[in-house]
Amino acid sequence: MYSFDIQRPSTVADAVAALATDEAQPLGGGQTLIPTLKQRLAAPSVLVSLSGIAEMKGICTGDDGSLCIGGGTTHATVAAEAGAYLGLASLAGNIGDPAVRNRGTIGGSLANNDPSACYPAAALASGATIVTNSREIAADDYFQGMFATALEEGEIVTEVRFPVPEKSAYMKFEQPASRFALVGVFVAKYADGVRVAVTGASEEGVFRWSEAEAALSSNFSADALEGLSVSGDGMISDLHGSGAYRAHLVGVMTKRAVVAAR
Amino acid sequence: MTKVTMTVNGKSVSGEVKGNTLLSDFLREDLRLTGTHVGCDTSQCGACVVHVNGEAVKSCTMFAAEADGAEVGTIEGQSNEDGSLNVIQQAFQDHHGLQCGFCTPGMVMSAAALLKDNPKPSEAEIRDYLEGNICRCTGYHNIVKAIMAASGQDVPAVAAE
Ligand SMILES: Cc1cc2nc3c(=O)[nH]c(=O)nc-3n(C[C@H](O)[C@H](O)[C@H](O)COP(=O)(O)OP(=O)(O)OC[C@H]3O[C@@H](n4cnc5c(N)ncnc54)[C@H](O)[C@@H]3O)c2cc1C
Ligand code: FES
Ligand code: FES
Repeated sequence: MYSFDIQRPSTVADAVAALATDEAQPLGGGQTLIPTLKQRLAAPSVLVSLSGIAEMKGICTGDDGSLCIGGGTTHATVAAEAGAYLGLASLAGNIGDPAVRNRGTIGGSLANNDPSACYPAAALASGATIVTNSREIAADDYFQGMFATALEEGEIVTEVRFPVPEKSAYMKFEQPASRFALVGVFVAKYADGVRVAVTGASEEGVFRWSEAEAALSSNFSADALEGLSVSGDGMISDLHGSGAYRAHLVGVMTKRAVVAAR
Repeated sequence: MTKVTMTVNGKSVSGEVKGNTLLSDFLREDLRLTGTHVGCDTSQCGACVVHVNGEAVKSCTMFAAEADGAEVGTIEGQSNEDGSLNVIQQAFQDHHGLQCGFCTPGMVMSAAALLKDNPKPSEAEIRDYLEGNICRCTGYHNIVKAIMAASGQDVPAVAAE
């Protein structure tokens, strides 16, 4: 690792101020950033650790019934305490392994927007709102391709608000070595329609599968997906699976998610 | 350099660390607690698992500066007060849960974290919890048996035997 200083502010305001320095970068749980620093793929001069900011941690229910999760909340806490939204709690409980879940945070995962990460699928399928220190961003506008988001330099994800669906499930086809999603599909059924978000598959990162959404909105059953498929063009192709294989898995995982939804 | 103070295995310790000093390096190099092993240094193998405020974390994937003020537990703090092996360690010995022993500190620390939250885990729960702990030698069955035994349960004839 290159050398850098670490600061540990205890409020969002202090963290924002610390991030105004050139070459400063936020540190969430470090489960992605520390390996990146070890490979010298990042060279911040200051890391601003968010782990001491109490106002960014924890889960509560908003006035409109949505589940509000602090940006610094760990995957383990979401798994244990987001019981009001079962699909989301079980997604968090299957990220990586217990030690990763004890450090990694929802804000870090959404800021990183790895094309194979789990949380982006939940945020997009829920029509979640990403709240930062300066504004609120709809999930539909937030994800902008592989590792790209609407966040500005120095902007911090302080909270994520999830409208709670009637039924939901996330199905991940695990890449067994990394434990990330080879393909993961999150299905969420709301009173006004079904949303389906796919991670791990596209070179553009997480995306909504609108044909499946339309079919499931009129008939929420695996049968409704019969005959629907996504094209292998633009799908990630690597030694773990071809684009065509991933495209096939999208259909399979969507059906499984519909069957598992509760 | 930043000054850090933390409680390690019940004793208060202080030291000067750089921003990029990992907790694993602070434990091994500064405190000479070399029981915490660094197998991969890429967050994959779990040999470096320690407890921070009671939770299992990979000490190669956390900065020492972030453990300032924390309670840290390492494998050196696991034995009984008289120095004898604790229940989990003894079960690993009794059930041949180790061969070369490189992964064992992380395995024992993960097992201890699991049993704290779930005193009677099923075989499936044990295997699931050990997802992030890799062993090159044992094939895992004896590790799973040891944890079943340490939790006071019958040791099953596990899968693949
Ligand atoms: C062995 C292993 C297995 C894993 N398996 C999975 C898996 O199955 N599924 C999955 O989805 N992920 C997986 N991960 C990744 C894990 O979920 C990370 O915790 C997550 O991607 C990053 O969160 P973090 O809090 O650790 O962020 P960090 O690593 O600290 O930061 C990541 C990036 O986000 C920025 N950042 C951090 N917090 C914020 C914030 N609040 N606001 C703005 N920017 C911020 C940082 O500057 C950095 O650029 C795995 C990781 C490991 C090591
Ligand atoms: S040395 Fe930390 S996970 Fe392998
Ligand atoms: S006993 Fe050798 S790596 Fe596990």
